[in-house]
Amino acid sequence: MKLTLDVWRQDNPAGPGRLETYEVLDATAEMSVVELLDRLNEQLVESGADPIAFESDCREGICGACGVTVDERPHGAQPNTPSCHQRLARYSDGDRIRIEPLRSAAYPVIRDLVVDRSALDRVITAGGHVAIAAGTAPDADAAALDFAAAEMALDFAACIGCGACVAACPNGAAHLFVGSKLAHLAALPTTKAERGRRARAMITEMELDFGPCSSYGECADVCPAGIPLTAIAAVNKERLRAVLHRGND
Amino acid sequence: MTTTASSAPETYDTPASRVPGVTTGDVLDGRVPDGSPATAWARRKLAYKLVNPANRRKFKIIVVGTGLAGSGAAAALGELGYDVHSFTYHDAPRRAHSVAAQGGINAARARKVDNDSIERFVTDTVKGGDFRGREVDAFRLGEESVRVIDHLNAIGAPFAREYGGALATRSFGGVQVSRTYYTRGQTGQQLQVASAQALLRQVDAGTVTLRTRHEMLDLIIDDGRARGVIMRNLLTGEITSHTADAVVLATGGYGNVFYFSTLAKNSNASAAWRATQRGALFASPSFIQFHPTALPVSSRWQSKTILMSESLRNDGRIWVPLAPGDERAPNDIPEGERDYYLERRYPTFGNLTPRDVASRNASEQITAGRGVGPLKNSVYLDFRDAIARLGAAKIAERYGNLFEMYTHATGEDPYKVPMRIAPGAHFTMGGLWSDYNQMTSIPGLFVGGEAGWGYHGANRLGANSLLSACVDGWFTLPYSIPNYLAPLLGQPRLADDGPAAREALARARSRVDSLLAVDGQHGPTYFHRLLGDILYAGCGVHRTAETLTTAITAIRELRERFWTELRVAGTGDHLNQELERAGRVADYLELAELMCVDALDREESCGAHFRGEHQVDGEAARDDELWAFVSAWEAPGDGTFVRHHEPLSFDAVPLQKRNYR
Repeated sequence: MKLTLDVWRQDNPAGPGRLETYEVLDATAEMSVVELLDRLNEQLVESGADPIAFESDCREGICGACGVTVDERPHGAQPNTPSCHQRLARYSDGDRIRIEPLRSAAYPVIRDLVVDRSALDRVITAGGHVAIAAGTAPDADAAALDFAAAEMALDFAACIGCGACVAACPNGAAHLFVGSKLAHLAALPTTKAERGRRARAMITEMELDFGPCSSYGECADVCPAGIPLTAIAAVNKERLRAVLHRGND
Repeated sequence: MTTTASSAPETYDTPASRVPGVTTGDVLDGRVPDGSPATAWARRKLAYKLVNPANRRKFKIIVVGTGLAGSGAAAALGELGYDVHSFTYHDAPRRAHSVAAQGGINAARARKVDNDSIERFVTDTVKGGDFRGREVDAFRLGEESVRVIDHLNAIGAPFAREYGGALATRSFGGVQVSRTYYTRGQTGQQLQVASAQALLRQVDAGTVTLRTRHEMLDLIIDDGRARGVIMRNLLTGEITSHTADAVVLATGGYGNVFYFSTLAKNSNASAAWRATQRGALFASPSFIQFHPTALPVSSRWQSKTILMSESLRNDGRIWVPLAPGDERAPNDIPEGERDYYLERRYPTFGNLTPRDVASRNASEQITAGRGVGPLKNSVYLDFRDAIARLGAAKIAERYGNLFEMYTHATGEDPYKVPMRIAPGAHFTMGGLWSDYNQMTSIPGLFVGGEAGWGYHGANRLGANSLLSACVDGWFTLPYSIPNYLAPLLGQPRLADDGPAAREALARARSRVDSLLAVDGQHGPTYFHRLLGDILYAGCGVHRTAETLTTAITAIRELRERFWTELRVAGTGDHLNQELERAGRVADYLELAELMCVDALDREESCGAHFRGEHQVDGEAARDDELWAFVSAWEAPGDGTFVRHHEPLSFDAVPLQKRNYR
């Protein structure tokens, strides 16, 4: 099928951006959004033009590198699906698609569709980890973690760090991302001793770059990992708990 | 377990190569401890020299790559007090391709009463690798596997649990016990995220300096030792030198050389290949695992093959129609007209035969015209019986996200119609040769994870890759690197602008300039795709002298075309993904030739390396008289190759024919 693409082009972080229009004549229903960009890039290169910079790596929906805005929606039209798994089956011959970077004040554009998502990692660096050094871990079967607790931890641990939740949020909040990490680690028996310290560090860092949560819920609609909206509540729960427990962990 | 005498001949001459341009070289010293392999690691650890905690910060260690091996090594060495510098080409360490491994991680914890043990783990690993790996390495792997699970669990990987709270396990291909720990179908993701967080914890603590979006272009060698790396900042194009007392390459495998592979698009061989060009030996390049449960290629413009976890083979049954060219929908084919060929040929292991056996049998069915799907290039993986037995809910609990992924990719619902799977290029058992201390043939250059050649022999056992990367990173390199550093105390480190660093810097810059200067008409992807076609046809699941010879000629021609017809759009002073790809494809065009040379040279079939000329009853025919050694190649880049070798001996697991029937 023939698709017309309006793609955001921007040479550098300081430069002005613009939408440029391209046509792909041999798009197919099985192609993903990123494969559509591959195909376009191959055409651009063969015609002597500059290809479009965009990020993707595993293309299995797990590394979190991909993420573009398709017709104003992070990752694309299909809910809870990363760009690398957004198939073109929903489009018809002659359709027009607009592709832009993930949009957020916290994500400066680097070039074309590539953005800087390091603000997410600054939150993890601040406290999204466990203070256990190699060789000092207890027997994994010794600390009790029952089936339900492990499943709950896994539901939140599924986050792939793509950052689409922030781009989808009218406030640019990172509560789904931060809440999923807090809820995941809070459920594990080996990490309880630092629970309050972790919450304080991560939430303080989060508030430097990201907006407040107004419970709009767009974040959960686009999340490729299906992180439940209850992750947002974990931010406030862990914050409150940290205040009440101040000094205890 | 028997302890018969070493089954490798005491002295033997390696066969002369029949491949033009190949000469034979030296016997390599794997620095394996004498005596029982079962206690070798304990004895070696005791012999290792130590660095006093106060002196550790004086040593600078560079770790390239932040996958399971790289992030583990950097975090552990940082925690110990070394001055660690970690590099990744990703924007965040969590994105390393280890994140995509789904199935699980083996550990010889032997908690259940299914009669597992470290010895059985070693037997499965050595036998699974078709006796082309180092037995003593498998012992170390099994021994540390217990600690690795405890550690990764403690730092945040929420392993699946039984209702009572104990860790849950499942079984994997090639194994008759249940020793695979998992987190749904996201084991790699959870281990990777936990390890990346552990790395960031050290960044927070100031013990590790992390540089993201940096790609290694070259290795700095001075006085015969690895002294640092040359890095390109992918955002600015700036090329800089970084010196250190030791360098660890944990840069992953090179399966992407096939273009269609299960690997992430950016996984590449460049760092390891650059080390080879600086003199590090490259072991077993042709040992490439074709994963039996990849999704089939459906179009020319597809970017890769997606991998379905091998754990699916626990409950899925593999079959093809008995009649070639059967056009009926799978559910319309009656039971009597289906061939469950793995269950038929291998009744003991059935659908859980090792990957090489499963891939080869699928490939044979497809070649014989019984392939299914629009392009007739796949076989069925059918859950009908498991759903009838266990219910769809139980299957969803076990494999739900994999089924979803399959539906996304194909538009088909595997709860209703069988999945279609096909062999796809996957894990590379070859890589930089290293001794028992994980040190390459260049002193000071260490290797971890898939970038190295360790453990897997000619075929990797399922769920052993996450284990080997984790063990290398967390529990082997942190012991062996200090042993190398201890005698260097007080010796000055090479300056970042020392002569050897400047020379490497100039070399790296001139290579980037030469890629930008070709001024042809095709992008790097064009050549990469053609290279993939050549390799699947010539050095794929089934190889012969004829296909390999043809491939070598074709690769040389393609390489010439590359250097006259390449076009790299843009310049070198900004984010330029075409330039990144061009450098990687240039390296693949060289490595691919060595792969074919190695496959052509090795006149036997073993594991994933199946030479059509060497088979008995359709099964791989190993030649232990002549080929019970690891080929470690010196590839100076002038069209000649020197095959050095490390003889392999098997004391705990005597050489035996692999039989999964």
